[in-house]
Amino acid sequence: MSKAPVLLGSSGDSLREACGKELTKIAPDYPNVVVLDADIAGGTGMHHFRKTFPDRFIQCGIAEQNMMAMAGGLAATGLIPVVTTFAVFMLRSIEQARLSIGYADMNVKIVASHPGLDVGPDGASAQCLEDLACYRSIPNMVVLSPCDPLEIEQATKAILDYEGPVYMRTGRSDAQRILGEDYQFEIGKAKILKNGSDITIMGCGVTTGRALEAAKILEMDGISVRIVNMSTIKPIDSAMVIKCANETKGIITVEDHNILGGLGSAVAEVLVQHNPVPMEFVGVRDSFGESGEPNELAKKYGIDYKAIIKSVHQLLERI
Amino acid sequence: MDIKKIARMVSINSLKMIFHAESGHPGGVLSSIDIILFLFMKEMKYDSKDFLIKERDRFILSKGHCAPALYAVAAEVGIIEKSRLNGLRKLDHELQGHTHRGATPWVEASTGSLGQGFSFAIGEAKGLKMQNIDNRVYVMLGDGELQEGEVWEGAMFAGHHHLENLCAVIDYNKMQSDDLNENIMGLEPLSDKWKAFNWHVIEIDGHNFDEIGKAFDKATTIRNKPTVIIAHTIKGKGVSYMEGSPAWHGSLKLSTEDLTLALLELGATEEEINGYINE
Ligand SMILES: Cc1ncc(C[n+]2csc(CCOP(=O)(O)OP(=O)(O)O)c2C)c(N)n1
Ligand SMILES: [Mg+2]
Repeated sequence: MSKAPVLLGSSGDSLREACGKELTKIAPDYPNVVVLDADIAGGTGMHHFRKTFPDRFIQCGIAEQNMMAMAGGLAATGLIPVVTTFAVFMLRSIEQARLSIGYADMNVKIVASHPGLDVGPDGASAQCLEDLACYRSIPNMVVLSPCDPLEIEQATKAILDYEGPVYMRTGRSDAQRILGEDYQFEIGKAKILKNGSDITIMGCGVTTGRALEAAKILEMDGISVRIVNMSTIKPIDSAMVIKCANETKGIITVEDHNILGGLGSAVAEVLVQHNPVPMEFVGVRDSFGESGEPNELAKKYGIDYKAIIKSVHQLLERI
Repeated sequence: MDIKKIARMVSINSLKMIFHAESGHPGGVLSSIDIILFLFMKEMKYDSKDFLIKERDRFILSKGHCAPALYAVAAEVGIIEKSRLNGLRKLDHELQGHTHRGATPWVEASTGSLGQGFSFAIGEAKGLKMQNIDNRVYVMLGDGELQEGEVWEGAMFAGHHHLENLCAVIDYNKMQSDDLNENIMGLEPLSDKWKAFNWHVIEIDGHNFDEIGKAFDKATTIRNKPTVIIAHTIKGKGVSYMEGSPAWHGSLKLSTEDLTLALLELGATEEEINGYINE
């Protein structure tokens, strides 16, 4: 009887939806691309691909470890497998990703939806705050976290053009368009979205938009901040990090991730070797999340725009 | 009161919780309630006022997305207050979207990643056995969950270690997130699989309390082997528009109209339903 239920996840312009739609749109130009799913395509945005290309969609069942290593085998036959599930289940299969994709150096794209506290009410079991750290430490692995629907579209194409293993975060919540039409994503290149001379704020994924929001308020207080979109976490754009260290007085990183091992760590690794300007980390402070709405969680765990503003003031005091 | 009536009340409370949380998995919640309720009302040995004593029977909800079923049962048997139920999935509230022993210590395991609760239960069964503690461990798995390789690693371990104090229940509702099991990755012949892993297998109608009771009785008599009860159930049990429709089985939001229709079928009056909606 009753009409269809409100599916959490099929609506809106979330990064996962944008990714699924774009992959489906460009798939005719990439006949070797196949999508692997673990019974969750309705949530990852890959239901678009399944509908249009049922013959190129491989349903692996709720069995992520087999899916991951199998992708290595599929790539060895010349296909370009796109492995999809929630970010947290990419951790379950990380040893397979390490050996059969990273070590074997296979042309596999790992596309992870539902990263960070952005997952919301499902709670900590599904909120992945460790993936950037883990995947970043696998040799050969490129690690990406695009910030808005436009960038995710461009990145979806870019990872197919790139030869080698890639881990890319999408996102669960409705995402705002924050980039201009002329934006051009490149793997390994950070982009300055707004210039400024006092402090540089570097974000990725959902936090880039929050950094822009914080910048507006800081400007009203006469603080000039530069916003850099660090959608490639690995290989980190060292040249951009050094340039910002030279041109502004300090750097703040913002991520929907544990402060241990993610974007902040990647930036700090560059800074300490070249120009160790003062730095602040905005991220989840080595804890698990909990159930709640993404905006409530961002506030409670200190990764919303207000937390960014606070850290700018903290940093200015240290300079 | 008759356990069937209580089960309907638990179903009503679960859906009410999912409604107020604005997200959740009603299908698998409704299919699992009869068995979880039976375990807590009739089968397991525990003290609802002193839940954490080591000598207790244990229940693990390995299909952790069905947490509302366990919470609503716990409220029914007095482990938690009914007034807490509507806090499900809300910030700063102990009732997490997926069961978590850190937030609610009476919950045995932290689950939500399919397969892991089963291994955790096997660890408990082995641990109790090693310490000659005579209690039993019950664990409920989803049928889709059986696709996880971890389940079969655990099944082999439990068979090899003769864990007769372990009883697994499969909520065999034939559906998982996106579709029927058989369209995703088929499980049959399921009973033969468990037998081949050295388990004692019992198949029942998971909504027939008589069969549920007999199966648990039988399981306690089995020596040298763990028991698995394959419980044939209906996803969305008791709500006709959910039963048999794969669309209703993922994580979703219940509208006021959805809730009203469902609760009417479960026997609530319109007046009661209005009360629930405004809680
Ligand atoms: C390891 C893992 N992979 C994927 C998921 C996402 N997920 C949540 S529920 C579900 C379907 C479960 O189906 P089933 O076990 O049959 O449960 P039920 O029908 O009883 O709800 C999936 C795929 C998960 N929770 N854990
Ligand atoms: Mg099922």
